[in-house]
Amino acid sequence: MDKSTFEPKNTINGPMHAALKHDSAHKHVTGTAEYIDDIREPADTLHAALGMADRAHAEIVSLDLDAVKVAPGVVWVITGEDIPGFNDVASTGQHDEPLLATTKVEFHGQPIFAVIAQTRDQARRAARLAKVEYRDLPHWTDIAGALENGAPLVIQPMVLKRGEPETEIDKAPFRLQGRMEIGGQEHFYLESHIALAIPGEDEDITVWSSTQHPSEVQHMVAHVLGIANHAVEVKTRRMGGGFGGKETQSNQFACLAAVAAKKLGRAVKFRPDRDEDMIATGKRHDFLVDYDVAFDEEGRIHALDATYAARCGYCADLSGPVTDRALFHADSSYFYPHVNLTSMPLKTHTVSNTAFRGFGGPQGMLGAERMIEEIAYAVGKDPLEIRKLNFYGQQGSGRTLTPYHQEVEDNVIARVVEELEASSDYQARRQAILEFNENSPVIRRGIALTPVKFGISFTMTAYNQAGALVHIYQDGSIHLNHGGTEMGQGLYTKVAQVVADTFNVDIERVKITATTTGKVPNTSATAASSGTDLNGMAAYDAARQIKDRLIDFAMRQWTVSRDDIEFLPNRVRVGTEIVPFDTLVRAAYYDRVQLSATGFYKTPKIHWDRTAGRGTPFYYFAYGAAVSEVVIDTLTGEYMVERTDILHDVGKSLNPAIDIGQVEGGFVQGMGWLTTEELWWDDKGRLRTHAPSTYKIPLASDRPKVFNVKLAEWSENAEPTIGRSKAVGEPPFMLAISVLEAISMAVASIADYRVCPKLDAPATPERVLMAVERLKAM
Amino acid sequence: MTDAIRFILNGEDVSLGGFGPTETLLDYLRLKRRLTGTKEGCAEGDCGACTVLVGRLVNGALWYETVNACIRLLGSLHGTHVVTVEHLAARDGTLHPVQQAMVDQHGSQCGFCTPGFVMSLYGLWLSTEAPSRADIESALQGNLCRCTGYEPIVKAAEQVTQARPSTLFDPLERDRTEIAARLWELRSHPETIVVTGDGARSIIPANLRDFADFLADEPKATIVAGSTDVGLWVTKQMRRLDPVVFINHLPELQTITADDKGITIGAGVTYTQAFDVLALELPSLGNLIDRIGGGQVRNMGTIGGNIANGSPIGDMPPPLIALGAELTLRSHSGKRTIALEDYFLAYGKQDRIAGEFVEKVFVPRPTDMGYFAVYKISKRRDEDISALCGAFHLELDAEGRVDDIRIAFGGMAATPKRARHVEKALLDQVWSWGAVSAVRDLFDQDYKPLTDWRASAEYRSLTAKNLLTRFFLETAGAPQELQRFELEEA
Repeated sequence: MDKSTFEPKNTINGPMHAALKHDSAHKHVTGTAEYIDDIREPADTLHAALGMADRAHAEIVSLDLDAVKVAPGVVWVITGEDIPGFNDVASTGQHDEPLLATTKVEFHGQPIFAVIAQTRDQARRAARLAKVEYRDLPHWTDIAGALENGAPLVIQPMVLKRGEPETEIDKAPFRLQGRMEIGGQEHFYLESHIALAIPGEDEDITVWSSTQHPSEVQHMVAHVLGIANHAVEVKTRRMGGGFGGKETQSNQFACLAAVAAKKLGRAVKFRPDRDEDMIATGKRHDFLVDYDVAFDEEGRIHALDATYAARCGYCADLSGPVTDRALFHADSSYFYPHVNLTSMPLKTHTVSNTAFRGFGGPQGMLGAERMIEEIAYAVGKDPLEIRKLNFYGQQGSGRTLTPYHQEVEDNVIARVVEELEASSDYQARRQAILEFNENSPVIRRGIALTPVKFGISFTMTAYNQAGALVHIYQDGSIHLNHGGTEMGQGLYTKVAQVVADTFNVDIERVKITATTTGKVPNTSATAASSGTDLNGMAAYDAARQIKDRLIDFAMRQWTVSRDDIEFLPNRVRVGTEIVPFDTLVRAAYYDRVQLSATGFYKTPKIHWDRTAGRGTPFYYFAYGAAVSEVVIDTLTGEYMVERTDILHDVGKSLNPAIDIGQVEGGFVQGMGWLTTEELWWDDKGRLRTHAPSTYKIPLASDRPKVFNVKLAEWSENAEPTIGRSKAVGEPPFMLAISVLEAISMAVASIADYRVCPKLDAPATPERVLMAVERLKAM
Repeated sequence: MTDAIRFILNGEDVSLGGFGPTETLLDYLRLKRRLTGTKEGCAEGDCGACTVLVGRLVNGALWYETVNACIRLLGSLHGTHVVTVEHLAARDGTLHPVQQAMVDQHGSQCGFCTPGFVMSLYGLWLSTEAPSRADIESALQGNLCRCTGYEPIVKAAEQVTQARPSTLFDPLERDRTEIAARLWELRSHPETIVVTGDGARSIIPANLRDFADFLADEPKATIVAGSTDVGLWVTKQMRRLDPVVFINHLPELQTITADDKGITIGAGVTYTQAFDVLALELPSLGNLIDRIGGGQVRNMGTIGGNIANGSPIGDMPPPLIALGAELTLRSHSGKRTIALEDYFLAYGKQDRIAGEFVEKVFVPRPTDMGYFAVYKISKRRDEDISALCGAFHLELDAEGRVDDIRIAFGGMAATPKRARHVEKALLDQVWSWGAVSAVRDLFDQDYKPLTDWRASAEYRSLTAKNLLTRFFLETAGAPQELQRFELEEA
């Protein structure tokens, strides 16, 4: 901490809206940032490994663990029967997700037991020695198989309906039906899951967990151990990436470590191998989108009926809200006069799919963008024209109502797209590409501009709350804690900026502390892009309370009025006197002023009735647009992204450096989803792409060769969010749709743009080549 | 004979015995030394979170290279200098320019991959004075970042080129002479080292003869050069290996020479060592090598190992077979030379008899009238395993007829295999679009590829045919392959 507190300067370090570095940047580059595997282990710490099913769907006839138990170093083997509380980690209370399978396995790789041994190596070796007898049951791993087999739904589907789609769909001049397959995605956080459980006295247990949702881990550990929530403390300082993959999926590792730690009275660390992590934890949902759309000669949509079927895996997990969010974004940025949208959350014999950046939204939007493309090719226009034609309108246009009956009140998409179209020189470049393609038999180019509109708030209204805890110590140093977790997105930095700004002190004075259920209870997952909106406001609330007390104290002590008190950088003007911040704090302490406060925030205005399909699920929308240009090889399907231009709306940015990082990173991650990242199950139901050797996320050499990223500097959130900023975690992910559509245009050149290539995702070189071949045959 | 290896870890001399032959450098660093800046991301050499530098003497000069600590076995470290991220910053905490550039450019988000990126950028900065964008991307091929989208990391690499290595702040420059002397001393009295630990042996032979003698006595020993394949047997399949004989340090296997007839590559030559010679002689092969693994894997992996392990999807055999390469196998009792293509007998079965090891491969030079190209097709351009890899070597006579053509593919059969039907049909034909398009479908007689997660059988078959088209178009003077950087940019 900076001890020289009285520096008369005009600004503080790290106010809101400053492009401050990530709070841990220095520790990241020196290797001193502590992740859970780096924490010095308590003496005699034990290690765990999963025993995993090698059937996709089967009854367990017998489980022989004798060889496992006598293997070197093995201390204990946990089965479902050893769980002292409930053998259940279903996050939505459906009781469909056992911690360890007992009578039946429902996906290849499902955990059946866990080995606890002296070393991690011993645990991993022993886990391979079990003898399991199965009676096979029929299995299906994908949506097609689920539909063929009449698979059950893992949760009640949702329907969004507005207008009279049944009748209007027949009235428009044109109508077409189409189908799009959209692949899933592995999170590939660089730090795989990990938990370290340390037993305490009585029923107490402390768990360090790499999780986006410490409160849920706390509740699950208590549930599994059959103890009260108050006996469990869960801590998270930082994750090596989350992306949604650590929203619910951390539970199994934390719970197993906790069960063993309590039983054995020793610390237990559970760090699965990368392959085990990828096999045993959920991913982004694959979708199959069927659309039936009616439109006119101009390409204006009149009515739409669409079904979004999803590969949910063997249990519900978050598939309900994920498929809901897909429907909430099936409008992309477009107004549908008459619309009917249905979700179909299908059960499959695969690991249960889960949250992943965008949470169904990307799949919803991608279906809409494909439909726009089809319309564009049908009416013979640039897809961008069709996009603009169908954008939501401004207030009073009669084109502002979403399929879920929420008005779009803050629409800036037309402005964002117009500015980007000009700054990227879209029209001239498209013309040049059309000419290039005429004269290039093998190499073809494509360009596409796609919009993003993303609804901000948890659609589960109760999750839109947050708490914070702020202390000021007698030396004027500030301790900050809140319910949000740090996974690299810079949340801790932004919230610290809020607190520094509120007291007008240098950010070095604010100590950022690990998220823990013991300081701020009943928190929501750091998810839905909401971290800063919620926790920033909660921290502001706490800081503001203490600040008010300091003001009250100063008014008493100096007998001045409120107007005579001003928080200058690192000091306070009281009347004519300048008092260093820490002097004021110390004086307040001696006057017995409470220098600690809890803050709380709940998002206003929102409500949602799922059954009726009506409400205001979102507080506001974040917008953006991207133009991508690609080049493809029509002999092999290989491609490269030549250039991407992005204009993205983050409101009034709390930290432009961090926000640009989210935009660039989200885009490239989205590009991976739509291009090289392919999940592949074999006919036995085994995931065969379960490590980076077989599952290919983008590299530095895959990012756009020219990459121009700008924030819409004119934007301010219309709603009174923290600093009028907007959420940024998820929305940029969907900017990557421009890459898929650009590849699609390059493919379309093969048939002179007469036919929509109907490129499915991910557009691997194989899918691109096969699309080229389809068009060649036409 | 001694029973411990000696190396330098950051600033410290280490003498280490009693370790098992499958113990990795990463576990040693993290578990035994608590150097936790080096991370485990995948334990298979694909993500780069475990990147460290290993310095070794090459022809008397001290040379630092990035490696994957997760698949680097301890037995391969004798006589080297291991440098981890903890060694970079000054003792007063001042960041190294490479680290400072990453901070300045906002190059870290979650930070877990960051130490690995810092080490890769450091390796680039030490080795390349003014790296181009192509150099930077090549140096980062072996590092995955899931947060940033890489843009700020590339900018950091560009920023740091402005601060060249200096003894004022760079620990390796400062200590270069002293470290070189210490390593020289470690190597000056070579004797065979046998380390026993975990009930198994690591053998570090003093020279090639000791190696051959040892292999004659223990023909079942696992030979490890770069451990880029064996490392995964250890970390993923948890195989127990005993004994393991390490050969990466043997200078006799590390020579690469080019003369009028061709290029001779010792079995211990790494991809990185081979790159400069091969890229100059056969640019297409240079492009291929740049797409094998990441830099860390190319710094460890050897061309001899890629051949010896007999993988059907190894990238080196197809081009070498197309070029008519010959393989020399050596044993305690002598040596023999065979055509490389005859080495691959069946899936998982090679013509290497007990006690033999791969000594070198000889690659004949194409004639001035010859055309050679190799094409790698993979889901992701860089650091991916080929779905298929096709190599074409064409010799035309004065009339433009096909005098000789050799086509070899990986990923199309259980072994790297020639397209004999296609070759035969093209022989003596005028090299023309008509001739080429007429033989396309003969590939179906040469290859019956499989469907797997890398590609379907249909895609493999179609693309193999199309690569012949590409080769024809390129011999006709029209380069078709997508290149991220033009030659002048690279």
